[in-house]
Amino acid sequence: MEKKAIPQPLPKIATGIQGFDELSHGGLPRNRISLLKGGPGSGKTVFALQSLVNAARLREEPGIFVAFEERPQQIIANAAGFKWNLSALLKGGLFFMDANLSPDVVQSGEFDLRGMLAMLKAKKEEIGAKWIVFDGIDVLLTLLQNPKSEMREIYRIRDWLAENEVDAAIFTAKIDGHGAETANYGFLQFMVDCVIEFESRLECGVALHRVQVTKYRGSAFARGEYPVSFGPGGMEIAAPEPAEIQQVASSERVSAGFERLDTMLGGGLFRGSSTLITGVPGTSKTTLAGKFAEAACRRGERTLFVSFDEGADRIVRNLTSVGIQLKPYVKSGVLRMYSGRTESIAAEDHLVKLKALIAEHQPRCMVIDPLSAIAKAGGLAAARSVANRFIYTAKDLKITVVVTAINEGDQPETEATDLQISTIADTWIHLSYLIRGGERNRALTIIKSRGTAHSNQVRELILSDAGPMLADVYTAGGEVLMGTLRWEKEDEERSKTMQRRSEFEQKRASLELAEADTRARITALEHDLERQRVELATSFSDDQARIVSSSDREKSLRRIRSADLTGRAATGTVTSPEKRYASNGSGKKNKTEASNGA
Amino acid sequence: MVRKRKDRSASEPAAATAVVMVLYITDSGPNSLRAVANLEAICKEHLQDNFRLEIIDVLEYPLRALADGIVVTPSLAKLSPSPAATVVGNLSDRSGVLRALGIAE
Repeated sequence: MEKKAIPQPLPKIATGIQGFDELSHGGLPRNRISLLKGGPGSGKTVFALQSLVNAARLREEPGIFVAFEERPQQIIANAAGFKWNLSALLKGGLFFMDANLSPDVVQSGEFDLRGMLAMLKAKKEEIGAKWIVFDGIDVLLTLLQNPKSEMREIYRIRDWLAENEVDAAIFTAKIDGHGAETANYGFLQFMVDCVIEFESRLECGVALHRVQVTKYRGSAFARGEYPVSFGPGGMEIAAPEPAEIQQVASSERVSAGFERLDTMLGGGLFRGSSTLITGVPGTSKTTLAGKFAEAACRRGERTLFVSFDEGADRIVRNLTSVGIQLKPYVKSGVLRMYSGRTESIAAEDHLVKLKALIAEHQPRCMVIDPLSAIAKAGGLAAARSVANRFIYTAKDLKITVVVTAINEGDQPETEATDLQISTIADTWIHLSYLIRGGERNRALTIIKSRGTAHSNQVRELILSDAGPMLADVYTAGGEVLMGTLRWEKEDEERSKTMQRRSEFEQKRASLELAEADTRARITALEHDLERQRVELATSFSDDQARIVSSSDREKSLRRIRSADLTGRAATGTVTSPEKRYASNGSGKKNKTEASNGA
Repeated sequence: MVRKRKDRSASEPAAATAVVMVLYITDSGPNSLRAVANLEAICKEHLQDNFRLEIIDVLEYPLRALADGIVVTPSLAKLSPSPAATVVGNLSDRSGVLRALGIAE
């Protein structure tokens, strides 16, 4: 049995077109022909030219562009809107061959491409071209007039490409994507190795560009339609995001705007996270977003505030009325305000604009108010995809983002947002009106906040000229009180406090009184004691005096009798006054002695 | 290459109304051979010797042909008398060629 050769992966060549190399798993097939087909204005020529430009600029691989349909000057002028620096490339990296047959040209009988290929070969060798584009090959085929010649000439080109080792060849052709294909266009699609279909269609009055790889011999590719947008760098394709998310999560916290909200969020928002603020109109989504922006500016972080369908000036003015000062930061350049229109602009174009704004301002914090506006024109599916990709882009760039979205209902759990971004946002703050006790009060709930302990309480949001704030929490019967009910509760709390305070005062006074009474009684007793001591001391000295006088009398008696001097003293029973007082035990010895001595 | 620059009238003085033409061909390609034969027949029948024809083989002078704005082969360029005209193809449709060359049938 024959040994099977290990299948080699198909060699590919990158186009450098953002998104395309991802969805085609590496670019166009090397040394093969790729066919770009689609209606007029669907982006085929831009794709082809951009591939050449990228090859020439990024890898210094020159290319030849054979223009069958448009004049090269026209193509160059059309591409002037992209930052490709074509004029520099025309000096060596890129050659345009004008293959337009003037309408004045008379056709007489059959012709072929032998001469053209000889010219291209010479030019290829002269500039060292590796890429070649045949733009509008359908125009050429139409001129050939018969199917046999068409097929012959296509084969001629194919063989020529193989002989001359062209790295990549691109054909573009105006072929309608669906049905109504002539036999030869079918043959063209069969012959090439890769078919990429471009489409431009109107959806809700807005032109949407799409691209789809419909055939790729020997290679896997992302199947499906992908949105195409045109930015300053040219065409961008919204390729499927890589399955693995490789964003580094920051543990740094930034303020969500004001302290109480930060507390509810367990310390603020994570740097580089995305926050969604939802709510019906008038629930002060813009105010919260503005407060976040102001806090960011105050920290000196570059901030971008994008608003839709409302002028930047009006927003700045309106926010001033609730104590949010953005004007100084706009002046200093820290804050960039941009307000865009949404009517008749495809969501993809919004994304291009947002990316351009980010590239221009390099913000660390960003607000889009409201992001839901991008869904206004051009269909919801496109807007959803754009919203998702915007948030991923911001995450990649570590920009802390706050977006607002209007939800028409007032049930966040079931409604979420039209854009379905609530699942990819890290934090979701919902603002609503609570109607109770004849009042409509703004309420703030944190529905989710990833990676952080957050308050589960519904809080009342109050707007004042000092900015938004969250009211103290009063709950009654398991519900948070708001508005007048809260004031009443606050009043009640106040009067209770006052009552408690007066009760306390009363008690203290009575205690003080009792203390004074006791003190008075102690003083009186002490007076008694003093009196008794004095009495005692007095009686003792009388006694002493009596003893002395009697002993003197005895002495004199003895002297008179001339008897023994000590006879009486040895049997004397006199007790010293000190001994008697010491048994009293009190520390008032000095006083006693003093009185004793008196 | 024998045919690369064939100037039929080089030996005779050109008349004031001489038709000056350049035919771009590719060596011995079937369309090229046919174009040369067709043109020679037209010239013989309608212009006698009052013409100047240069035949350029694009395989040999590709950059010249490129500079001359040639797209496909064979191509016949009438340079004078004005107006200038271009005919592409093997020149099998004689009436078209005659119109381009300004020759009444």
